[in-house]
Amino acid sequence: MSEKKVIDARGSFCPGPLMELIGWIKLANVGDELELLSTDKGSAADVPEWVHKVGHELVGVREEAGVWHVTVRKAK
Amino acid sequence: MKILIVGGGMAGTILANNLARRLHGELRSGKVKLTMLSASERHMYQPGLLYLALGRMTPDELYRDQASLLEPGIAFFVDPVEEFQLDQNRVKTKSGTVFDFDILVIATGSRPVPELIPGLAENSETFYTEETAVKMFRKLQAFAGGRVVIAMGVPHKCPMAPLEITFMLHDYFKDRGIRDKVQLHYTYPIGRVHSLENVAKWAAPEFERLGITYETLFNVKEVDGAAKVVKSEEGSEAPYDLLISIPAHRGMEVIEKNKLGAGGWIPTHRHQLTMEGRKNVYVIGDTTNLPISKAGSTAHFEAEALGENIAAIVKLGSPVRDYDGKVFCFIEAGKDRATYAMFDYQNPPDPKAPTKAVHWFKTAYNKLYWVSARGLL
Ligand SMILES: Cc1cc2nc3c(=O)[nH]c(=O)nc-3n(C[C@H](O)[C@H](O)[C@H](O)COP(=O)(O)OP(=O)(O)OC[C@H]3O[C@@H](n4cnc5c(N)ncnc54)[C@H](O)[C@@H]3O)c2cc1C
Repeated sequence: MSEKKVIDARGSFCPGPLMELIGWIKLANVGDELELLSTDKGSAADVPEWVHKVGHELVGVREEAGVWHVTVRKAK
Repeated sequence: MKILIVGGGMAGTILANNLARRLHGELRSGKVKLTMLSASERHMYQPGLLYLALGRMTPDELYRDQASLLEPGIAFFVDPVEEFQLDQNRVKTKSGTVFDFDILVIATGSRPVPELIPGLAENSETFYTEETAVKMFRKLQAFAGGRVVIAMGVPHKCPMAPLEITFMLHDYFKDRGIRDKVQLHYTYPIGRVHSLENVAKWAAPEFERLGITYETLFNVKEVDGAAKVVKSEEGSEAPYDLLISIPAHRGMEVIEKNKLGAGGWIPTHRHQLTMEGRKNVYVIGDTTNLPISKAGSTAHFEAEALGENIAAIVKLGSPVRDYDGKVFCFIEAGKDRATYAMFDYQNPPDPKAPTKAVHWFKTAYNKLYWVSARGLL
């Protein structure tokens, strides 16, 4: 069964939210959802760009009290 | 009270010495017992590997006997932990010995895992272990010209190393008089040349000025050694004559085997440094799952915060401060210029233009590290 993992990358300048996602997605199973928390508004653009380029699935992007929640499903 | 530190690297050593000083009286009176378990009798200054690969340090300069770095009062055993029995407040080591604890600190570090990428270990040079750094040094010496590609996996320790090795290779080939015969091509996993935005803003024009080409959004998928091509997850290909890689890292196998954290990364509270769900287990250094640089300076600042807190727990019954996510990294910008980046959970870095003075400070730090490990700097 697939699970949802939360990656808390708030306040991460280095390696930063996208790099955190890239690292953790490798440890996930195909079909798993990963929810990335980021305080960098750039994540709302650069995470979807990478996800599309590599061929994973973008489930949703929302902002709540200055935190961007970007949810991605590992597709391959 | 029994305090047990597992791991005698940067984080474990700085913490042990910090605690030995703060709890000097308690250790003498026997109220506190401080024990360190490690997997090696030697301590390696890992940042020196970068210089080793370029022939600017020798292997012997990277090591000290671990016991010689520790304050009196610390019981030190080279006996790696194999089982973490956290519910019973004890660990079991390779020799079969059981060590009980009231407070446990896990600082077992991380390791490169090139084997995760098909073709990477066999076809690339890397400087992340002594053996591979020496091999890379020989390979570079024999290299007469061609296309050098720099590629990296995620996550990797020392996030400045990709830029540093690239700038240092530029000077290395220049000094050998063959820079015009070498094409340097840098690749990076995200959409800019470094994860720190301000560092990327400085490094990209610097690459252009030095004639170093670069490609972003490049995550290594496989290396075809016969065709001499690196293929990325994003669908692009980078042909090479010499491939320099920084492999992806994982925490230690023992962490995964004991189910303390996926990938060997232990879920850790970002301010208190406790292992999630545990009150008397702390995690510092590379093996945390925190979204901050896996670097010696991180290990150092975490160890200092935790040292203060554990001493306060002994003396006052509770911790006194939060770890604020502080990291400080030097950035070598060639063979004789450097800058630095300092940041925490709240404040991004603002690197200045590289200078010779910062480079000389880093060179001095390569020696001063041993003072720092003793907890004096
Ligand atoms: C090439 C290179 C360049 C670098 N440059 C820099 C730099 O310029 N600046 C910077 O800040 N950082 C740099 N670093 C990163 C830095 O060295 C690490 O982040 C740092 O060493 C992490 O400290 P640690 O204590 O978590 O792990 P380590 O220092 O790796 O120590 C881990 C310890 O755990 C022990 N251990 C392992 N398994 C067990 C077990 N089962 N039981 C008991 N003990 C065990 C090991 O023997 C070791 O003593 C660099 C690293 C490399 C490889």
